[in-house]
Amino acid sequence: MKKVKKTREGIQLDRRTFLKGAALGVAGAALPSSNADASFWDSFFQKHFQEMNEAEIKQVIERLEKEYGEKYKKAITVGNEKAIPGVLFGYGLDLSRCIGCRRCEYACVDENNQSKDPQIHWITVLRFKKGEKWVDLEGSDKYYNPDLVPEPEYFYMPVQCQQCENPPCVRACPTQATWKEPDGIVVVDYNWCIGCRYCMAACPYGARHFNWTEPNRDPEEINTKTHYLGNRPRYKGVVEKCTFCIQRTRNGRYPACVEACPVGARKFGNLLDPNSEIRYAIEHKRVFRLKEDLNTYPKFYYFFAYGV
Amino acid sequence: MDRKKTGLFLSLVAFLGIVISSPYLLAEEQEIPKKFFVPPPPFSPGIFPCSQCHQGMPVNRKPRKLEMHQDIVLKHMPGGWCFDCHNPDNRDKLRMANGKLVSFEESYILCGQCHGTILREWKAGLHGKRTGMWNGEKQYRLCVHCHWPHEPRFKPIKPLPPPVKPSDIK
Repeated sequence: MKKVKKTREGIQLDRRTFLKGAALGVAGAALPSSNADASFWDSFFQKHFQEMNEAEIKQVIERLEKEYGEKYKKAITVGNEKAIPGVLFGYGLDLSRCIGCRRCEYACVDENNQSKDPQIHWITVLRFKKGEKWVDLEGSDKYYNPDLVPEPEYFYMPVQCQQCENPPCVRACPTQATWKEPDGIVVVDYNWCIGCRYCMAACPYGARHFNWTEPNRDPEEINTKTHYLGNRPRYKGVVEKCTFCIQRTRNGRYPACVEACPVGARKFGNLLDPNSEIRYAIEHKRVFRLKEDLNTYPKFYYFFAYGV
Repeated sequence: MDRKKTGLFLSLVAFLGIVISSPYLLAEEQEIPKKFFVPPPPFSPGIFPCSQCHQGMPVNRKPRKLEMHQDIVLKHMPGGWCFDCHNPDNRDKLRMANGKLVSFEESYILCGQCHGTILREWKAGLHGKRTGMWNGEKQYRLCVHCHWPHEPRFKPIKPLPPPVKPSDIK
């Protein structure tokens, strides 16, 4: 069928052909102009993290380090340490010791490059009145602000990602941008996340946080030691969460919150090592996991080391 | 009859076994405790060694209000006083209830004579704060790094600011 007719007035298009051409033109204009640098296309065609080979990952990391270097005007290293074989990370939190001082919350922000404004905190410290039905999380307060803590009539429970063995967030993700690593850490690939926030709706612990704007942080305060799946600077429109400080723990160090806690309420270690601190806590103390009835199998254990 | 004899013999063997092995059991229990990586004790500047002042001072063992060390108000163990832990004859050491001397670097042994369960958990890594490597060398702390021995209960501290409420976001 002939679509283009030449008449005395010029070229005449039929309606369908005109619309097709117009659509192509608009699409072409929407693409970045020819002077867009190669890194845009590299990131556009980046493969899924788990499908890349070592060389491709190295290339991606080099690109990211260059991007971050230009953005923050300082050298930022993006690590890619693999899970240590025979390690399954577990976390313990002693509720009989926690005083609700929020030192962990801010140590986490310093370590993991969260946005300061708008504010993103991966740890939320909940305050409960003693002697009441406290598993009612809705009735807890996270905005408490007394002069001094602990207050005699309250107790405190920090909540962060529970690194579930059966993580509902991972199943909810339509693009497989979040997954569970062999050492049990649930991670997000910020270059693969499309920002649909299904995982946030699926998480029963409120542990996932969304970058509603470009993350805003003083370049002076950027932690330059980062991990691809952890604390590297994030983008607008992606979800982020606690990774047990993957950039520290995969190098054998304790998470930042463990080292910040002034009362030593936070314990961390390898669940597969019978001599680890976390195993000692599980075997000797009264332990519970948050919302056990949801079958998420958290690897975050709350316990009472002392009295009630 | 025969059965009774056998039973008696067996119980005798068991008894002898316990008697013979008991010194070994005790020896194992009294083994010198493993050394832990602890930083030096948090002395007030210039106060240690204690002997720099106490050398040659006559020892007064009578509990009384001291003229020195006024800043120390003992709120630990009601009715206790200095020489329950400090050693009157060599001030640079601490003294346990059984008379054994303990250096300030190992003061956790002294604390453990009352707080045995806590000491056990401290050794296991449960009580107290650890920094360093979860799979390697850990930095332990002495009891006195967190608990001032003369008033061991924690003082309340100021919490860091609460998160921004959604209603306060401009």
